[in-house]
Amino acid sequence: MAARSAKLGKWLVSGPPLAYLIVFFAIPTLIMVLASFRTPGDFGGLAPLVEDGKIDLNLDSYARFFTDAVYAQIFLKSVAYALVTTLCCLALAYPLAALVAGSAKRHRDLLLLLVILPFWSNFLIRIYAWMIILGPNAALARTVNGALRWFGHEPVPLLFSSFAVMVCLVYVHLPFMVLPLYANLEKHDRALLDAAQDLGANAWDRFWRITFPLSLPGVYAGAALVFIPALGIFAIPDILGGPGDSLIGNVIKQQFLETRDWPFGSVLSIVLTVAALLLAGMAAWIGRRNLGAEPARA
Amino acid sequence: MALLEIQNVTRRFGSFTAVDQVSLAIETGEFFTLLGPSGCGKTTLLRMIAGFDLPDGGSILLEGADLVDLPPERRPVRTVFQSYALFPHMSVEKNIAFPLVMAKTAPGEVAGKVEAALEDVRLTGFGKRFPHELSGGQKQRVAIGRALITHPRVLLLDEPLAALDAKLREEMQIELINLQKEVGITFVYVTHDQTEALALSHRIAVMNAGRVEQVDTPSRIYSFPRTRFVADFIGTCNLLDGSVSARADGLVSIDVSGLGKVVVDDDGAKAGSSGSIALRPEKIRIAAPATESAWANRFEGHVTDLLYLGDVTVYKVSTAGGAKLEALMANSSAGTTRFFEVGDGVSLSWPADAGHFISA
Repeated sequence: MAARSAKLGKWLVSGPPLAYLIVFFAIPTLIMVLASFRTPGDFGGLAPLVEDGKIDLNLDSYARFFTDAVYAQIFLKSVAYALVTTLCCLALAYPLAALVAGSAKRHRDLLLLLVILPFWSNFLIRIYAWMIILGPNAALARTVNGALRWFGHEPVPLLFSSFAVMVCLVYVHLPFMVLPLYANLEKHDRALLDAAQDLGANAWDRFWRITFPLSLPGVYAGAALVFIPALGIFAIPDILGGPGDSLIGNVIKQQFLETRDWPFGSVLSIVLTVAALLLAGMAAWIGRRNLGAEPARA
Repeated sequence: MALLEIQNVTRRFGSFTAVDQVSLAIETGEFFTLLGPSGCGKTTLLRMIAGFDLPDGGSILLEGADLVDLPPERRPVRTVFQSYALFPHMSVEKNIAFPLVMAKTAPGEVAGKVEAALEDVRLTGFGKRFPHELSGGQKQRVAIGRALITHPRVLLLDEPLAALDAKLREEMQIELINLQKEVGITFVYVTHDQTEALALSHRIAVMNAGRVEQVDTPSRIYSFPRTRFVADFIGTCNLLDGSVSARADGLVSIDVSGLGKVVVDDDGAKAGSSGSIALRPEKIRIAAPATESAWANRFEGHVTDLLYLGDVTVYKVSTAGGAKLEALMANSSAGTTRFFEVGDGVSLSWPADAGHFISA
């Protein structure tokens, strides 16, 4: 009786989220996988699955992705943008997270609050805000172009450029790197650094041989949290990018909403998902190998 | 010239003086212990020798050279931390090799030195393990091996055995004594455990409230405590308050309230001065009432409490005048667990050289 009610309780707790994931994640994903093997309809959408008594499933859209070089190029460009974003975020977030983790306990909550403060306003609004900051009449563009003119260079537009896309990608994803790094660094044992110093390590050696290797689980977590969303982003290139800044996310959106080629849009989505999973898995594998037999402690 | 000289070192934290005008001279090859209750300043002093903290006043000299301008990584001094502080992402080998790598030792020499260090701390074959795969005692030995591999002039040990259980602690104490003898490096050892200090050290500095109360060999510290604090902190001690009434023939008579006249050996107590007699419980002989004694001091009383501890029994005795004394009796004959019961009359006696007068 007790065992049965315990089982029932378990289902009551885990059932709703499970049902939610099945209905809104698993089933749509399966629909998308199915759609990737079908033929686009004459007026967009999908052609009927069964025509003249035959089931119409084919690899045409996959073939198109692998034969038309332009998609692979955009795909690689997206990976490159996401990688650069991840590295920039890491370079900016590490000192920030170390600063928060190293500050007095009573200040930490405030500093963390500042890190997550941007989440309080809407994602799109924050991107539009960058339009104003980078706009041709804003102080930033005027200063930069003033300096360029002084050196005898032509003025450059800051907005609608790869630069604008990159800056905003880093800005939007930075907190996702700071938080896992902070969670890791905050747990480090101060005595290890004292011991390293006592044993002859200078500041650089203490960082490179103790702090950094011990923070790798946080680095990998942050990298995954930044890289994966950055890979599929479309709003930032749409709003802040120039004509050459379309990323894979923009192409997918275009396939579904403008070209209305659902099978090809599905193929691109699947390739993106698989690539993200592979890269995340690879990072986890490298991470585990680098840590040797020691399980990730922090 | 002593190897390590601490001269008038003071360290304040706000209005609190953690270390107050401490001066010590530690010799080459010595096993020196800083002993005191928590908060007495012993760890602060150790951290200043290591370089993690700087004195507000005074100086610390190693072989005559002031250490103040050297950061911890450049002092020829190593520390064994209470928490061991082994690097969790490195194997035992890598941990032990760390100071060698930092000292830019030729890569060809590292493996041999690490192997020798592992042998020194009896961990041959454990090189590939990780810290989380070791027991507390093994971790401790790795920490010591790692600290000793570059042959520092001084090894500082901060309560290194505190986290081990009693049996293992005793084993490690013997290992530490042997290791120190073997390597001949000066050990400065911090502990709050007086039995550990007595067992390990060549000399002990007893610290209280930031000051050094007494520096002496373990047996002198135990038998001739210079202050009430030392007498009370080291082992158990009867402290009999009184004042010197007479001096004659190398003996001093002291009037103790509730007890009467007690005679101790004269070690320079001034007539009329007041203070306490420190008298160890094991130096008091407890016998049947009115037993004759050749010893200078004999008092009658009765047992108020007793504690049977197996090897010894502790008797709390109240004298006719109301003084309370503690006496220890070894349970040397098998089968007899207690010679006296609560309420029994007893006779307490001790020779003049058993007690030691501490001027207030």
